[in-house]
Amino acid sequence: MATAIEFHDLCFATPQGRQLLDMISFPVEEGTTVAILGRSGSGKTTLLRTVNRMITPTSGDVLLHGKSVSEFDLIKLRRNMGYVIQETGLFPHFTVERNVGLVLEAEGSSRQDRVRRSHELLEMVGLNPANYAMRFPHQLSGGQRQRVGLARALAAEPDFLLMDEPFGALDPLTRAEMQDMLRDLLCRLKKTVLLVTHDLDEALYLADRIILLSEGKLLAYLEPNQFMSTREPLIEAYVRAFRRGWHKAAPEIRLPNRGV
Amino acid sequence: MLFATAIAVPTGVWLARSPGWAKPVIGLTNILQTIPSLAMFGFLLPLPWLGERAARIAIVSLCAYALLPILRNTYEGIRGIDRSIIEVACALGLTDAQRFFMVELPMAAPFILAGLRTATVTSIGIATIAAAVGAGGLGELIFRGVASVDNRLVLAGAIPAALLALAADATLSQLERWFKVPVS
Repeated sequence: MATAIEFHDLCFATPQGRQLLDMISFPVEEGTTVAILGRSGSGKTTLLRTVNRMITPTSGDVLLHGKSVSEFDLIKLRRNMGYVIQETGLFPHFTVERNVGLVLEAEGSSRQDRVRRSHELLEMVGLNPANYAMRFPHQLSGGQRQRVGLARALAAEPDFLLMDEPFGALDPLTRAEMQDMLRDLLCRLKKTVLLVTHDLDEALYLADRIILLSEGKLLAYLEPNQFMSTREPLIEAYVRAFRRGWHKAAPEIRLPNRGV
Repeated sequence: MLFATAIAVPTGVWLARSPGWAKPVIGLTNILQTIPSLAMFGFLLPLPWLGERAARIAIVSLCAYALLPILRNTYEGIRGIDRSIIEVACALGLTDAQRFFMVELPMAAPFILAGLRTATVTSIGIATIAAAVGAGGLGELIFRGVASVDNRLVLAGAIPAALLALAADATLSQLERWFKVPVS
């Protein structure tokens, strides 16, 4: 499988001297999902944003199919990357339909094409266009807004998806629905995905590889089952932090099957 | 009003992009704003080109007074847009121009219009005072009426001036309401 993204000795320090990324190097294979885990402030979002050049590293490079991201035309680069964030960033003055068709509108697609594609995507993310296309973001629930955000990110058929804690603000049941929807979509669509999350369960469920960052340094680059079984102390500590409630309340109860 | 808008809106937009300049520039327009209009007219009278025609003084002063509300509101309107929306607009690959016309301007519109509204109503008020330096208009009727103790003259000037201000306020309020978008 070809390497779609490569982080090469990536470093980023703020003007005040804080090292947010410290010699990060790892590959992301085409068509796979890599989850980026870590505490708040560990550099996850910073790392994500070096890929679409929202942040310029102080040294090192990000390569897309072997070519440095700085060599691409910025607008073309970004239009080939879907971007999904926790706050969704939906434009409140646009209808759902217009929000989804945003990148196509920017590229000059005809209204007919945009509407058709919008409706197609809304169906894909589980929103009936007849009901939702003409609504405004403030008329949607959190989960619905995230679905629209995802549809918008997929509209221009980008090769890459950059996701920054997209489901972090949702309740666990809605989050599970959204994760299932994303998994189904990615099975069909074959995108290269970088998913920033601090939810270990989400990373285990969705990712082909898990990255653990701590204070800007790369601690792990493992497949999910390796991540869970490693004896590496810092990684173990992270895993344990997710299990405390279970161990305390019901150590003998095994995790119910999620119907995977 | 046209001149003021033409100056203030682009300046406001530029300030929103270079917030370092915001304090000094807004500070300057603030000082201009604090000068009572009659005093402003007084300052401008002795100036060579300006002082010759009352209309010129009136227009320049009106412009100066209209600047602050429009400028400040444009600046605040654009700065006040949720950062995550701007972030997404950039990240999805909108050019700067597209981001400005599709996102920033429509979202800042209610604020800018509110600034225009304040400026318009203030301008009407100041315009009436400009009659004191011979600029004519409705203010002239008011002053003549006061001078000759003729109530009808006073009202002939005052009522239309007040109505004009109220009408402008109402129209611009309506426009503002059209542009307002609920956020959540």
